Amino acid sequence: MVELTLPKNSRIEQGKTWPKPEGATNLREYKIYRWSPDDDKNPSVDTYYVDMDDCGPMVLDGLLYIKNKIDPTLTLRRSCREGICGSCAMNIDGTNTLACTKGVDEINGAVRVYPLPHMPVVKDLVPDLTVPYAQLSSIQPWLKTVSPEPAKEWKQSHEDRAKLDGLYECILCFCCQTSCPSYWWNGERYLGPAVLLQAYRWLIDSRDEATGERLDNLEDPFRLYRCHTIMNCTQACPKGLNPAKAIAEIKKMMVERSV
Amino acid sequence: MADFRTPLSRVRGLGAARSGTSHFWYQRVTAVANVPLTLFFVGLVIALSDASFAEARATLANPFVALTLILAMLSVCYHMKLGMQMVIEDYVHDELTKLVLLMLNIFFTFILGAISIFALLKIAFGG
Repeated sequence: MVELTLPKNSRIEQGKTWPKPEGATNLREYKIYRWSPDDDKNPSVDTYYVDMDDCGPMVLDGLLYIKNKIDPTLTLRRSCREGICGSCAMNIDGTNTLACTKGVDEINGAVRVYPLPHMPVVKDLVPDLTVPYAQLSSIQPWLKTVSPEPAKEWKQSHEDRAKLDGLYECILCFCCQTSCPSYWWNGERYLGPAVLLQAYRWLIDSRDEATGERLDNLEDPFRLYRCHTIMNCTQACPKGLNPAKAIAEIKKMMVERSV
Repeated sequence: MADFRTPLSRVRGLGAARSGTSHFWYQRVTAVANVPLTLFFVGLVIALSDASFAEARATLANPFVALTLILAMLSVCYHMKLGMQMVIEDYVHDELTKLVLLMLNIFFTFILGAISIFALLKIAFGG
């Protein structure tokens, strides 16, 4: 059955409260999930205080302040710090989002930061995304053609190109994927919103010649039809995309070819 | 036992079942059918709330009423079977338990439908 409680070794315990930075007047409390594979301890939530006068406005700025000035062992992924790489996806204030584009001023009370839900944790805020990456490669997210390659390029009308808007912008941060309860319960068999949005991006591409095979590969009670339009994916997407709509469009294509 | 399968092998699993669309389609078809059929049923229950046993029995024996209720039972039972199947697939992960529950789900809806339709026919044909 579905696990409604955490296994014993995953229960979160009270962590350490780190000292406030000296002389700071504009403090902000951060409560951060900590877990290390190097000891046998349960995960815990540590409390830190960030000097907002010495720190940028985003949640990621605060995390880097903590890592640089308070506790260098805090582990997280980040790269571009401007919302285009998708590395710093984490659960902030109860919602999956990018730490670099989430303003601290958008949050009331302590800033609570956890790794993306329901993924194995590598360390602290770093989730193991091996399965979603494998799922992405299973839908073959590249142009597939049989016709001889044109001398210059595969042409596409402006109208057909416009169909890719709202799909190509996905940065694969997996905020939507890990916000989906259906993905939590059946993560190895259900492809999840991020992967299905990518699948639709190639299904709808007028240049692609493998639409039928792509649909064959998705036509499965688990791979596609675990989506029950819960809409957490659309709610979570930090880029404002709509994976739920992309999945609905795939289902429409399935019906269209069989009815 | 160590699992040396690659992530892609695990994700591909046994491949796509090449089914699921008819489940999706019939869930919608029965949902649409259920709108007028259940409205008729609710209306009938309200209309018969003050009726005597003999009057209620005579109304159910009316061919139009009996046929509509039989169709409602077929549509509702099938819709119920499809919905419950999805819940079981979502939440039950032990393969044996899942198979048993899916089977019981089919038995339950067929038995319920058969009993209801048999009762309606018996009334309709004045048994």
